[in-house]
Amino acid sequence: MKKFLSRINRRDALTLLVLVGIFAFFFIMLETGAASNQFKNMIIPMSYYILLAISLNLMVGVLGELSLGHAGFMSVGAYTGCFLSVMLVEKFPELPMYVYLPVAMLCGGLMAALFGVLIGIPALRVKGDYLAIVTLAFCEIIKTVIINLEFLGGAIGFDTDSIVPDRNKALTLLPYAAFAVIVSAILIMNLVRSKHGRAIMAVRDNRIAAEACGINVNFYKVAVFGIAAFFAGIAGVLYGHNDVLLKSANFDFNMSIEILVMVVLGGMGSNMLGSVIAAVVMTALPEMLRDFSDYRMLIYSVMLIVIMLFTSAPALAGIRERLSLGFIKESLQKKMAKKAEKKKAGKEEEK
Amino acid sequence: MSERKTVMSVNGTEMFSPPSNILIPTRDEGKKPVLDVRGLGIDFGGLRAVDEFTITVSPTEISGLIGPNGAGKTTVFNLLTNVYKPTRGAILLDGHPTAGKSVAQVNRMGIARTFQNIRLFDQMTVLDNVRVGMSNNIRCNFAESFLRLPGYFKAEKRSRERALELLSIFHMESEAYTLAGNLPYGAQRRLEIIRALATEPKVLLLDEPAAGMNPSETHALMESIRQIRDQFGIAIVLIEHDMNLVMGVCEGIAVLNFGKVIAKGTPDQIKNNEAVIEAYLGRQEKKEA
Ligand SMILES: Nc1ncnc2c1ncn2[C@@H]1O[C@H](COP(=O)(O)OP(=O)(O)O)[C@@H](O)[C@H]1O
Ligand SMILES: [Mg+2]
Repeated sequence: MKKFLSRINRRDALTLLVLVGIFAFFFIMLETGAASNQFKNMIIPMSYYILLAISLNLMVGVLGELSLGHAGFMSVGAYTGCFLSVMLVEKFPELPMYVYLPVAMLCGGLMAALFGVLIGIPALRVKGDYLAIVTLAFCEIIKTVIINLEFLGGAIGFDTDSIVPDRNKALTLLPYAAFAVIVSAILIMNLVRSKHGRAIMAVRDNRIAAEACGINVNFYKVAVFGIAAFFAGIAGVLYGHNDVLLKSANFDFNMSIEILVMVVLGGMGSNMLGSVIAAVVMTALPEMLRDFSDYRMLIYSVMLIVIMLFTSAPALAGIRERLSLGFIKESLQKKMAKKAEKKKAGKEEEK
Repeated sequence: MSERKTVMSVNGTEMFSPPSNILIPTRDEGKKPVLDVRGLGIDFGGLRAVDEFTITVSPTEISGLIGPNGAGKTTVFNLLTNVYKPTRGAILLDGHPTAGKSVAQVNRMGIARTFQNIRLFDQMTVLDNVRVGMSNNIRCNFAESFLRLPGYFKAEKRSRERALELLSIFHMESEAYTLAGNLPYGAQRRLEIIRALATEPKVLLLDEPAAGMNPSETHALMESIRQIRDQFGIAIVLIEHDMNLVMGVCEGIAVLNFGKVIAKGTPDQIKNNEAVIEAYLGRQEKKEA
């Protein structure tokens, strides 16, 4: 056990623990019927937003490339997966969900990954703000193309009601969501802590030095586009199965920005815990502020600004440090050491 | 061109015409040069930044490239590593031309470098900086990484041990887990050297490795450079302004001014070369040098 623990990064272990905790909480709330309708409706969105935030963090925080196309990759996954599910359910009405949903997720993810690679290759030529614009344009193009595809429902939307017939969707989908999100998070964190993850971070920190170290920068950039898109695609499949009608207009600029805000608020970089928490909070906040009706968006925006300032303002670095886990641990250790010393001193006096 | 047949590490100018193989370290006698650069040149617009740059470096030689600021020294390194595409000339590494290769490919062929303006992976630990250098020497594919198969743990363990070993050259093991960006200046320069070494090069290019170091640090660096050459059996080319270091550690020196090699020779020959003294002191009346 100890050997096993020493083999995983502590921060990743904590992230994993939090994820398992979140999903265990969801299960208990649903099973015991303690969940309000409002909360029930938030559970699956929280799950796919966690996955979206983690995968975008791989792109923005680990590779260091600003992408506003995540909603686009998500929609590719959503439409591919849902189309497949609808087909399968139509052809084989007896087919259980645990067969077609995983197949849909995998195919949705793979299709999104293919798009990721296809966008990634031309996007190699641009950086920073320009890349953001290119990915944004891609997102809009996908949206427009799908609206004009009759077999995907066109402007009316793609009817996905048949694929998750259960009325209590949250409980039906939760095991799949939990499995998909936790496994994806493990895979992404494993990648980051490997030789390849280090190469990706090297590209972020100093592209020229990375090249001089023999790293094929273009390869890694395209690979990350593909990998991040893959997981966004899986999140899209979850999204599609949770709704009764898939409308491509929903996968717009706003959605990409929302995911990006989660990543930024959570603190970009190799630690995924921030993205997880930010995704949960940011999905819950607008819902919880519904009671304030008119002021909802105002309060939401103000809170975002406050959080943003708190997480990044240099003037508040001291406070942040005090609140960080490392600091708490250190101060605890100091206290323990002091106690031990006192004990020692006491014993010596006794002698 | 005939004089290169005698295995000379640094070709003399007409001024000295050194006896055939006086400059070659005796241990490299009879060995083919690891780096053979012929007539290298590059123009930036109208500026001939480097012109007719020709040197050969034997397999375990330490050579120096000196010259006033803006002479084109860093540009030579950028040419050798294919950061710039040469306008003229050719580079042979172990007999293989590097033309048309990418920067990463040239590194894999065996040329590693450090940078005059330090380029570390600031947000990564010292250990991981070195491990990035080892990327092409550790086997671990994507499946092993994603799924943490046994190959992953083997690769991680081996790379950690090897990286710590390399860090011990400069006694930096204790700093393995600090962020590279938080290291003091001198340590950052040393880390760059280790990271370059981690790529297992045949030729190591050091661009002003002692810049910003105090005299005792510089002295220690000099010892380390020799130690690295002995331990790894590689060739080292260094750009440096600290003449104590250059004269103390280099076996052959080439002097660059306005993109042209104005002198080549042993440290003693260079010290007494009029053209070199002029280039450094910038005497006006003898500008033709
Ligand atoms: N990419 C570039 N574009 C235009 N001019 C350059 C470029 N790189 C270097 N130069 C010019 O080439 C000359 C040599 O520069 P450099 O090699 O950096 O000198 P140093 O010997 O000090 O290292 C300088 O005049 C510099 O301005
Ligand atoms: Mg320079």
